[in-house]
Amino acid sequence: MVAIKPKQLALGLATLAVTWGVTLVGVVSAQTLTLYSGRNEALIGPLIEKAKAELGLDIQVRYGDTAELAATILEEGQNSPADIYFGQDAGALGALQKAGRAVVLPASILEKVDERFRSPQGQWIGISGRSRVLDYNTNRVQARDLPRSVWELTTPKWRGRVAWAPTNGSFQSFVTAMRMIEGEERTREWLTAMKNNGAVVYRNNTTIVEALGRGEIDIGLVNNYYLARFKREDPNFPVAHHFTRGDSGSMINVAGVAILDTADSLEEAQAFVEFLLSPESQRFFAEETTEYPLVVGIPHPPEQVPIDEINPPRIDLSNLADLDGTLSLLQEVGVL
Amino acid sequence: MYSREAIEGIEQKAVTKSRLNLRDPKGRPWFGQVFLAGNPPFLMVLLAAVPATGILLLLFYLGMRAAGAGLPEFWAIISQPRTLEVLLNSIGMTVAITLLSALIAIPLAFLTVRTDLPWRRFWLVVTTLPLAIPTYVGSFALIAAVGPRGSILQMLLQPLGVERLPSIYGWPGVILAIGLFTYPYLLLSVRAGLQGMDPSMEESARVLGYGSRATFLKVTLPQLRPSIAAGSLLVALYALQDFGTPGLMRFNSFTRAIFIQYRASFNRNTAAALALVLVVLVLGILFLEYWARSRAVYYSRGSAVPREQTLIPLGRWKWPAVVFCALIASISFAMPIGVIAFWLIRGLIYGGASDRLLSTLLPIIWNSVYAAGLAALIAIIFALPVAILSVRFPSRLSTLLERCSYLGFGMPGIVVALTLVFFGANFAPWLYQKLPMMLFAYLVLFLPQAIGTIRSSLLQVNPSLEESARVLGRSPWQTLQEVTLPLVRPGIISGGMLIFLTAMKELPATLLLAPIGFRTLATQIWQATAEDAAFANAAAAALAILAVSTLSTLIILSQERILPRPNLSSSRNDSTSIIDS
Repeated sequence: MVAIKPKQLALGLATLAVTWGVTLVGVVSAQTLTLYSGRNEALIGPLIEKAKAELGLDIQVRYGDTAELAATILEEGQNSPADIYFGQDAGALGALQKAGRAVVLPASILEKVDERFRSPQGQWIGISGRSRVLDYNTNRVQARDLPRSVWELTTPKWRGRVAWAPTNGSFQSFVTAMRMIEGEERTREWLTAMKNNGAVVYRNNTTIVEALGRGEIDIGLVNNYYLARFKREDPNFPVAHHFTRGDSGSMINVAGVAILDTADSLEEAQAFVEFLLSPESQRFFAEETTEYPLVVGIPHPPEQVPIDEINPPRIDLSNLADLDGTLSLLQEVGVL
Repeated sequence: MYSREAIEGIEQKAVTKSRLNLRDPKGRPWFGQVFLAGNPPFLMVLLAAVPATGILLLLFYLGMRAAGAGLPEFWAIISQPRTLEVLLNSIGMTVAITLLSALIAIPLAFLTVRTDLPWRRFWLVVTTLPLAIPTYVGSFALIAAVGPRGSILQMLLQPLGVERLPSIYGWPGVILAIGLFTYPYLLLSVRAGLQGMDPSMEESARVLGYGSRATFLKVTLPQLRPSIAAGSLLVALYALQDFGTPGLMRFNSFTRAIFIQYRASFNRNTAAALALVLVVLVLGILFLEYWARSRAVYYSRGSAVPREQTLIPLGRWKWPAVVFCALIASISFAMPIGVIAFWLIRGLIYGGASDRLLSTLLPIIWNSVYAAGLAALIAIIFALPVAILSVRFPSRLSTLLERCSYLGFGMPGIVVALTLVFFGANFAPWLYQKLPMMLFAYLVLFLPQAIGTIRSSLLQVNPSLEESARVLGRSPWQTLQEVTLPLVRPGIISGGMLIFLTAMKELPATLLLAPIGFRTLATQIWQATAEDAAFANAAAAALAILAVSTLSTLIILSQERILPRPNLSSSRNDSTSIIDS
């Protein structure tokens, strides 16, 4: 009597599974455009699908954390499979530029975007913008009480009511901007005063906005586009935007791309960057992610204050890559 | 008096015997003959060496990057008061979490294995499942449930005038969140230990006049020591390397300092320097566990006559015990599920997109099951030799192989992932970002979970059983197949399950090393919570992880049931446990 023992069956199945896994290896064609994206699939996935169809390219995307993907590209060295890097903030793009891993973009691409929102060396370009903003719980803070500058947040009135996220990249960019605008001394003063005023530490923007909605905290330093997403899931979400004027509290940072020195085909990579800067894609950012389109002449997102009315500070975003000073300042003050 | 001495005599003998075996293998000429005369089989050593290469790569990478920082900068970072502070934070947190886990897990294990607890199988499953909840999801849920304001608890207490609950952030939050979702490591380990225990020792103790409490303290607990040490080790290392929870709970842990270096300053060198400090800390913990367990090694399954453990009647403690189980299960399992379900429903009501949710999720579920299943299978193939070598062929080398495998488990995933990115892209580009590479990362990260459980099971198998098989003419391979493997089956099963459950929720290595476009449930949760706040998608994926984990746990536990019933005429010992009866 021949019967298959369960053990043999299991072994056979296991062998099959392993072989199938091994055959998965090597099913990657050479003619693909590989994108490392620190931007989320839920945000740019539909755009990638459109690019595939319009450009006739096979685009493969590896999604991950902006900084971790930048570190990955540096570790991969000249064997990196990546052609393009799409980062969430100018700092990461600056780090790749500093390591000599980004190629200079052609002028035809660079000139589409205001020079404030791209690398002065032309090694990365902003695709969409986000501003820093103060979000507040509308039940707990009256509009007339709102601060005119981030400095007001250090007054006793706001003691223990302000949320910030010192480990968050966007927050650190904001501090870097403050150092550029107001100088090292004043920034240290502000950080110390905030800390002494009982500013509450959160992990990131999302958790701040969420806590604002719960009424756990009254006002928070965040990016402009998180709120819209909460409002979409819950229209009665009791939080609103407030922009300070001319200080780093309303600074504009960008999400942008760099073509890497390991790109197989510069033309294809450039075609993709041009696609991201096309009016259609720019409108996509305005409507879908409620960020600011950076190409001139594209209407701003309906829920947001127009970018020209925000009155952000004038700074060179490339310098945001120099985070070391900010980090040591944050550590020195004891917020990090 | 007389009886007590007799018992202590038994204990003493067991200790002496095991010590002799551990410390002086050459003193017994028959010792190594279990598989081959004197030396372990070559294939076994070869298999055991594979995961060790992963650890070597890790250490080499960290050394190289830390050297890149230069000695002065390295020293500047290490000697910062801030570094010492977060290091102490991490140590304190790890100790507290391990204690909390022990307080939860040891009673639970005892209740579900040895007593007539009502609905024992149900509690068995439910108290294991918190392991399937990624700690970042669990922490989110915990904050939503008992956060200071706007949380479920606060809203319930609002009518009583409670405007703000005491803050959960910091120490309490991090200890609760990690402890509540990692105690199953200890639970599974202790449970396997209890199941494999030969009841004759306890019976002798009772016959010789020990009360039930004295029996438990003097006989049962000491026998469980290796299991407790092995499980605590996993809990401690998990706590040490976790990044998500300290982040959410606003706790300054050492891993958080490492992540800041990567994420904020793009500084791989200083991050590696800090990771090296973590390596030293992990080595310290490993030494502690080694010390704890090498003082107590027991062969308890000595008799060839299969024995069934008798259930201890709980009596009037029955209902308090049920309440305890229910409390743990509701905080660590029902509560997160409730919160996740709430997010899903809220997202579905306001978000729409419900029709596509399931169809997009199905292939992702399959990917997760496939990758985690393969990881479990491969991990067992590699963990068995490591465990067998360390128990049956004790030597410096086999101890080193077994010990060093734990380093990977104590490292943050991103550190291991970047190590393999570096070596993969530069020295094995044909494997880089392919499935085997990701599975290798899982192996480096998770292998100790299986080694620990298999090792504990193996320690309870008296080598004389294997020796008898050899004497009776079985080949080493047959002995392994027919004697050793069936006896360590509980260890293999729980080891495989642990790997499966943790591989399902692994994130950093999956993001960087998976074949491009290969999505898992964990990456799906991350996608949905990272940049935007698509809680509905995150919740759907989290529920899917839970569903798959529950199902697989049930399947695995039912496997235990269909084992052959104890048969007196067979020389094979049974590994059935109290669950079967």
